[in-house]
Amino acid sequence: MAEIALKSLAHSYLDAPGSPQDYAIREMDHVWHQGGAYALLGPSGCGKSTLLNIISGLLEPTRGDVLFDGERVNALPPEARNIAQVFQFPVIYDTMTVYDNLAFPLRNVKTPAARVHERVMEVAEVLELTPQLKRKAKNLTADEKQKVSMGRGLVRDDVSAILFDEPLTVIDPQLKWKLRRKLKEIHQRFEITMVYVTHDQLEASTFADKIAVMYEGQVVQFGTPRELFETPNHTFVGYFIGSPGMNFLEITLRDDRVRVGDSALEVEEGMRRAIEAAPSANVKLGIRPEFIEVHEAPVAGGIEASVEHIQDLGTYAIVDLRLGDTSLKARVEEDQSPPTGRAYLRFPAARLGLYVDEYRVEIDHDESP
Amino acid sequence: MSLILENIDRLVGGETYINDVSLELQPGSFNALLGRTLSGKTSLMRLMAGLDAPTRGRVWMNGEDVTGRSVRKRNVSMVYQQFINYPNLSVYDNIASPLRLARVKRREIDRRVREIAEMLHIAPFLDRLPLELSGGQQQRTAMGRALVKDADIILFDEPLVNLDYKLREEFRDELRAVFAERNCIAVYATTEPAEALALGGNSAVLHEGRLVQYGRTEEVYHRPRTILSAEMFSEPPINIIDGCVSGTEVTFDSGWHFPLDDDLRALPAGEYRFGVRASHISLTPQAGDDIEMRMSVDLAEISGSETFLHVHNERVHLTVHLAGVHEFCVDAPVTLYVPTHKVYVFDREGAVVHIPSHLGGI
Repeated sequence: MAEIALKSLAHSYLDAPGSPQDYAIREMDHVWHQGGAYALLGPSGCGKSTLLNIISGLLEPTRGDVLFDGERVNALPPEARNIAQVFQFPVIYDTMTVYDNLAFPLRNVKTPAARVHERVMEVAEVLELTPQLKRKAKNLTADEKQKVSMGRGLVRDDVSAILFDEPLTVIDPQLKWKLRRKLKEIHQRFEITMVYVTHDQLEASTFADKIAVMYEGQVVQFGTPRELFETPNHTFVGYFIGSPGMNFLEITLRDDRVRVGDSALEVEEGMRRAIEAAPSANVKLGIRPEFIEVHEAPVAGGIEASVEHIQDLGTYAIVDLRLGDTSLKARVEEDQSPPTGRAYLRFPAARLGLYVDEYRVEIDHDESP
Repeated sequence: MSLILENIDRLVGGETYINDVSLELQPGSFNALLGRTLSGKTSLMRLMAGLDAPTRGRVWMNGEDVTGRSVRKRNVSMVYQQFINYPNLSVYDNIASPLRLARVKRREIDRRVREIAEMLHIAPFLDRLPLELSGGQQQRTAMGRALVKDADIILFDEPLVNLDYKLREEFRDELRAVFAERNCIAVYATTEPAEALALGGNSAVLHEGRLVQYGRTEEVYHRPRTILSAEMFSEPPINIIDGCVSGTEVTFDSGWHFPLDDDLRALPAGEYRFGVRASHISLTPQAGDDIEMRMSVDLAEISGSETFLHVHNERVHLTVHLAGVHEFCVDAPVTLYVPTHKVYVFDREGAVVHIPSHLGGI
């Protein structure tokens, strides 16, 4: 059982790194608490595999510390870290039975036979592998093999954390959700720290209570699935989470009005003040397609946009809109008829985020009447 | 340019790959082939391309019988799942290669390669080798090669499968724009109903080598002719609940019942199968005719901006598709509402007998 802390950690694959771009992991601090279900989410090349390899001990970081329960483990090899890993492809011994596969990590450290039996039976029961225990591993289906891989991590008492690296890649789509449920059950039952590395928002949000989103070698947000959706902390999180992602509008202050291109936009007083106080010219408003109000006729506080395209997705539609030079997407439910030609948009104040130099800035909302 | 498949069978070693498919594709149309793995999508595309010949049936292009004509004598392009490029040629030369084979003049080649590269956002990489590019850019290069010659038919065999979901979203929007300006027939194989919907155009639903339904994409989605068509063209699959209609009400095996409304009154008494779309079930009552269902949560799958809720009671498992992020614990109780005016009804053989009136009725 362990808390995993990363302190002032940075890593470069270059011998003499200089600029921030030379780093696969830019200096960061992060804590995975004991017993948490976490995900590390990001596109390929964001540094998540590097970070995983540093935690597991396959890679020694250029700078900073990796602490397990406060103890520095930078130089410890993977086998000395009491960490189990489950990879994309099941790692099991094909010629052994399921039972022997599960027993292997325990027999390796000379665990008494009675204890081995007890643990194997317990883990097999949780994973619903009991009927397969006597079968040779090579005769199993892909999902059964991946369950055996997980089981080999779970049988050990001394495992402090399990790291998963895209573990459901080879699983049949129809079976994926059952394994996802199984993973959640395992987490609840064993109260073990789990870190799940993936590029897929569904894998991450379904498994984890908290997700670290990585972008260009940094964790740009560490939050619950709901926080990533409702209050993305960085424009990348807004873009990457959600299909389609968040809309961003570049804004300027001109003639005392907040403007998107030439159109003036009415915003709350708190938002206005925050925009005026922004220390940079890189100022954007962010709003999710789900939260834009789309009207067919002019409305108070509405901003006029042209309708470029309507994508009928069955029980809802995504409307492509254009506001000056900015493209926007809005979601319209099937009970509402989508507009044609022109549309009038409202951005509810509670759903509108302010981004300065790509990071979210908290604003004071007006008193609601 | 039109393409007609007429009663096509394709058998390989006694096994039926394609079973009596007839399909007529209009000039300038965009057509999704939707079906699970091994439903016959690739086999059908190979027949369209002339890579394989049908065991029975005829293929017509522009009114001409081309059944036995090989791929080399048909003007077709193909884009595959894997990013297939010439590894030792630059991106420019990769895209130019079909034009060079066709002995197009150098200046014309240059114009068309740059135009296509611009459209596919790979103009800055023309001097690079494919393997120096990201997966998305490699696939753009392969698409460039397919698009640069004026093919009569362009076939896409799940081209976005190996790309992450953000790139897939962007590609879909672009593809729609690219084909809006072309007069060729595009055929696009996919396993994902949402992809077929996003691309628009027409959809052909395939299952076990047979054509289940073909028509405008929204039409096929909203007005499935069979349970199979409805199940294949929905993700998560439409929920099917067995029940029976009496003179006054509908009773489901699972214990729910609701009075017959005007739409359903036309159904003769008997046993039916009812189809409820996952996205029509909600956490709050939507209308006066809702059925209330008390269920238990198996799992809430959250996909960034959407939640797929798997629930069950003693008799049925249902999947619910909710907008937004909704967190549920495993085994938590949940109350759900189904608007009865949005249900589909199928007979015991699976043929549709009722379509919700807001979608035009049967």
